[in-house]
Amino acid sequence: MSVLAVNDSYDFNSLKELLQLTDGNLASHLKALEKESYISVTKSFIGRKPNTQYAATDLGKAAFMRHLQSLENLIKQHK
Amino acid sequence: MEEKDVYAELSSIRNLMERSTKFISLSGLSGVLAGVYALIGAALAYLLIHNYPGSEPYAFLQDTAVVWKLCMIATIVLILSVLTACWLTMRNARHKQAQVWNPVSKRLLTAMSIPLFTGGFVILIMLAKQEYTWIAAACLIFYGLSLAAASVYTYNEVKWLGVCEVLLGLIALIVPEQGLLLWTLGFSLLHLLYGGIMYYKYDR
Repeated sequence: MSVLAVNDSYDFNSLKELLQLTDGNLASHLKALEKESYISVTKSFIGRKPNTQYAATDLGKAAFMRHLQSLENLIKQHK
Repeated sequence: MEEKDVYAELSSIRNLMERSTKFISLSGLSGVLAGVYALIGAALAYLLIHNYPGSEPYAFLQDTAVVWKLCMIATIVLILSVLTACWLTMRNARHKQAQVWNPVSKRLLTAMSIPLFTGGFVILIMLAKQEYTWIAAACLIFYGLSLAAASVYTYNEVKWLGVCEVLLGLIALIVPEQGLLLWTLGFSLLHLLYGGIMYYKYDR
């Protein structure tokens, strides 16, 4: 979600390289996020190669902001 | 969650955000080398211009052979600088275990190419029309603009380098007689300076 919060969209292979995850590991995380409607998936073809783009939905961005907020609150609590 | 876990997570979130939006493989050393090439090129150009026979200060501009040689010098400096930058940046990327060709670098090149190619065409048209007065200024201004555009996707220092180049270009518009000097300052001195700073800060 961190990556998709600051990029309009990101493709599967670039995510894989960035996060250093296996295909399966990344795919299962993405499926979970998609199930919560936090991300949108757009599949297309570049020539004959499949290309899958992921983007954060408004719901996803809001959820991510809430997550950052709760992290921030935890820090404030400890002060 | 424990406090240190929170910091670790925030740090990792920030790291991912930066790595996915900024091109971090840019090699400062290539800036230094570009500065060196430009210095050599400028020296050659200076010799060419000042050893031109006769007392008319701008007579050399009417001599197409000389103009052609000056263009060649500039083109070679450009090609060498670009090749060095590509090679060193790729080496840097491997070192940092980052990809060179990713969404960020694509956005960077797209943003940079508009002012850069526009500048290139402006200069070519000026050369074709034999309007030599503003060429140095055009080089500096368009290069500075393309750097400023690219800086969004990479280090901040690039933005300041771009601004300085534009300023030198504006000065070159006001004092076109000092075109070669300003061109040298912009492509040589500034590159050596900024390349050095970036190398010191990021490459080691």
